[in-house]
Amino acid sequence: MRKLSYREAIREAMVEEMARDEQVVVIGEDVGCYGGCFKVTPGLIERFGTRQVIETPVSEEGLVGVAVGAAMMGMRPIVEIMYGDFSTLAADPIINHAAKMSFMTAGQVSVPMVYRTPMGSGTGAAAQHTQSLEVLFTNVPGLKVVYAATPADAKGLLKSAVRDPGPVIFLEHKLYGTEDIVPEGEYTIPIGQADIKRQGTDVTIVTYGKTVFTALEASQVLEDDEVSVELVDLRSLRPLDTATILASVRKTGRVVVVHEAPGFGGFAGEVISQIVEDPITFAALRAPVARVCGKELPTPFNKTLEMQLPPSSHAIVDAVLSLFPSAV
Amino acid sequence: MAIAFDRDRGMAMLSLMVRSRLFEQKVEALFSSHEMHGTTHLAIGQEAVHAGVSPALDPDDWIVTTHRCHGHTLAKGSSVEAMLAEFFGLSNGLAKGLGGSMHLLDLEHHNAGSSAVVGSGVALATGMALQLKRMDSPNLVVAFFGDGASNRGIVHESMNMASIWGLPVLFLCEHNLYGMSSCADEMVSVDSIAKRGVAYGIESRSVDGNDVEVVYAAVQDAAAYIHKEGKPYLLETRTYRFSGHSKNDQRVYRTREEERVWGQKDPIKILRDRMVSRGHLTEDAYKRLETQEQAVLDEIAEQLIKQRHELTLDEAYSYMYADGGNR
Ligand SMILES: Cc1ncc(C[n+]2csc(CCOP(=O)(O)OP(=O)(O)O)c2C)c(N)n1
Repeated sequence: MRKLSYREAIREAMVEEMARDEQVVVIGEDVGCYGGCFKVTPGLIERFGTRQVIETPVSEEGLVGVAVGAAMMGMRPIVEIMYGDFSTLAADPIINHAAKMSFMTAGQVSVPMVYRTPMGSGTGAAAQHTQSLEVLFTNVPGLKVVYAATPADAKGLLKSAVRDPGPVIFLEHKLYGTEDIVPEGEYTIPIGQADIKRQGTDVTIVTYGKTVFTALEASQVLEDDEVSVELVDLRSLRPLDTATILASVRKTGRVVVVHEAPGFGGFAGEVISQIVEDPITFAALRAPVARVCGKELPTPFNKTLEMQLPPSSHAIVDAVLSLFPSAV
Repeated sequence: MAIAFDRDRGMAMLSLMVRSRLFEQKVEALFSSHEMHGTTHLAIGQEAVHAGVSPALDPDDWIVTTHRCHGHTLAKGSSVEAMLAEFFGLSNGLAKGLGGSMHLLDLEHHNAGSSAVVGSGVALATGMALQLKRMDSPNLVVAFFGDGASNRGIVHESMNMASIWGLPVLFLCEHNLYGMSSCADEMVSVDSIAKRGVAYGIESRSVDGNDVEVVYAAVQDAAAYIHKEGKPYLLETRTYRFSGHSKNDQRVYRTREEERVWGQKDPIKILRDRMVSRGHLTEDAYKRLETQEQAVLDEIAEQLIKQRHELTLDEAYSYMYADGGNR
């Protein structure tokens, strides 16, 4: 089995889709010879030319709006925005337009666009280049939002996103060099399906994106403490695979939800609501639900402080152990 | 329309430009040796724009800078120590280590800082000018932005507002030919960004940004216009960034030949040669200047590397809300 990095897997998905359908067009800043801000797009312009790789000025609101318009006419744009933080600039074409196009036109017009952008801290790029803004999108009906952690998931989900008839927000973490096995050949992963990254019996950890790796680390530590963790990687935030979450929590009776974005008003609140609103799952809970999220603070530039921002595996372990009072 | 600096001003400007160049080289070295983390945007080659703007204005005039803000900050009078401390993330840095290299500010020197969201600072500068005007202040605000930033909608919206409200803004476009890898020839609809002033009824001009005497004079003229007419002004300075966009940039988007040609227009060399030919400077004096500036810089960096006073997380939290509380 071959291994690919996260960025290579994303690139391979784009290359395959661009080769399959010439309507698939990569649009963004510096996506040509520079290869994109995080070097995801090298080689694309050389292979597909300027008909399928369009480099734009620094015009986030405009370029995303243009992509929406082109998508209305049959293009299938994959927009790359350098940093998730600049989604605030692109919010109007995405939230006010792409998300509502099908609905407001009673299904007559659709926007088959993928919006790719990376989120998260750890790069020393300070407060305007490190946010985790997924809830900007998850609270908007009409958008699908996916966030793959592993290279294999990234590839399969991106291919599904490209083929989706509507707008899909494809969020990426910045561990672009992370390598893992990616199956050869054609495959897709349906949007809306969580993946159990680790089977277990005592507690469920629900997470997505970069913190999947932090949670895996914590699960390993907990195994030494004889706590068996089931790790649910959501992969899709909207639509949310509630069935998989509920089944796991009914089995383990305990749940910790983890993400890098701040907890207050964060996506963990939605996951927990789904759990406690379901009578059977609620009744199966053997401990209060818990969250481990990013600190409620803009990202400091200082490295020591920045490192304290996202959930640590240590904090996840502590949160899990707190659900077993007798064991501590 | 350039002015010829007298000996003292020439020396002051040359020192500033050399300090700026050496500062950037020092920062580059510290990043390469992983003494500093994050990313950095160097402005080697653009020293004439930095030296030619703030020193040509009233010290109480304000500036709003960009992600490439080291030279602007030095030229506005900030201490090298406070700047470097910020890059090291130390609590004696300009923003106590919370902002880093893309977010230098120094209120004492009327530097309101920068946005790392390219172009967005231009609106903040325009808003600052609105308040200055409202309070009958005699001062203006310089809004620095690049050729890349000139394509952000907010820049255009800001120019329109500054024009209709007659705000004291000097829109200072630092046209260094590239926004990351994108050449302005392909990304900007006009061959000179000064032309965009016409669309907003803003007086504008394009000048050689590698000649500090030209920039200096143009900035003084622009300021005089802003004060006299009660209107904004757009000044384009044409220059070139010798360095890569940020750390790790292999510069595949441009040729070494192009770099060589621009290298002949090194702003420091232009001023130095001119001063030598005017009898204001000897080669020896120049060497001494460089050695002195380098020594000061090395000493400061060495001290800072040893210090490492950092904010605690609790202290960082205390700055999140303006009232200091309420996590
Ligand atoms: C809104 C936004 N888009 C993209 C970026 C990424 N980025 C950082 S610098 C830069 C180029 C800016 O070019 P220009 O304005 O000419 O300034 P220069 O870097 O040449 O000083 C880009 C695209 C950003 N920081 N903000």
